[in-house]
Amino acid sequence: MVCLEERSIGMEIKKDLQTKHPVEDLTDDPVIIEQVKRTITLAPLEKILNLARSNSLWPMTFGLACCAIEMMAAGGPRFDLARFGYEVFRPSPRQADVMIIAGTITKKMAPFVKRLYEQMPEPKWVVAMGSCAISGGPFVDSYSVVPGADKLLPVDVYIPGCPPRPDALIHGMLLLKEKVKNPKVVEEKPWKAIK
Amino acid sequence: MESNKVAEQLQEYFQSIGNNRKVLTVSPDELIPLMYRLRDEYEFNYLTDETAVDYGDYFEVIYNLSRVPQGDILMVKTKVDKEKAEVPSVFEVWPGAIWFEREIFDLLGIKFTNHPDLRRILLDDSFEGHPLRKDFQWVGGREV
Repeated sequence: MVCLEERSIGMEIKKDLQTKHPVEDLTDDPVIIEQVKRTITLAPLEKILNLARSNSLWPMTFGLACCAIEMMAAGGPRFDLARFGYEVFRPSPRQADVMIIAGTITKKMAPFVKRLYEQMPEPKWVVAMGSCAISGGPFVDSYSVVPGADKLLPVDVYIPGCPPRPDALIHGMLLLKEKVKNPKVVEEKPWKAIK
Repeated sequence: MESNKVAEQLQEYFQSIGNNRKVLTVSPDELIPLMYRLRDEYEFNYLTDETAVDYGDYFEVIYNLSRVPQGDILMVKTKVDKEKAEVPSVFEVWPGAIWFEREIFDLLGIKFTNHPDLRRILLDDSFEGHPLRKDFQWVGGREV
């Protein structure tokens, strides 16, 4: 029996030699059993899907303020977010998996942020990039700024900085990858995701 | 032509006109005829900026005009009463004033009569008050 190791970072496939592979019930031919064991991996469907999702998150092209410049830099060739599979910035919320809230959410913009989030198909994630998206930043007491994206949406990853460097955004996206792959990591020991 | 000369020449037509370096002051009643004259006779064909200031007792609406061929600038100011903050809109002279006046209305609450579309432009429509007024008090913030 082959299974996915629980709560591991690489989520590598671990061979459990004790349990019997289902193919052994069907045939006694050692060649067939060996070939099937070598080529077919059994795992919970949700985990396989999460593995696929986490390695190719499609962010939405959505910048609210200066953090968007760093987000663009992260997508460009110098920092190259594409190395991790996140380069496909989609202009439509209907094709996007993750919303990077890059900048200040003003009260005038807030209904549209919420609407765009609601237009995204499940499963979806939200990354709050920069101090403004985390808490309102320097504008926290302003009459026109929403004090934090979590007042509107469920936020998965917070990236501090004003603005965060593209490296920080990449780190945040990798943390999101760990969360998507293995939600338990986030619930119990968040620092374990950082390796 | 210097703006001094502009002021001198205009003085016979407009009683309320005042002049201090490159600044003309005029009362709101005479604003629109003066602006038409400045545009048509003196070729101030571009409204660079329109803004307003709250001086506590009164407002002042400020028009920065320029004439593109000569490269001159001229500032026109008009004093507005605080209680009855109303100025005629100059959008009929320079249509680009529409957005400037919406911003002034939004942040300072000066009403522009004859303005075709006087709505808030920067703040959301449900906002109450005009935040750039000196007596504006904001209650709220992080965790209310």
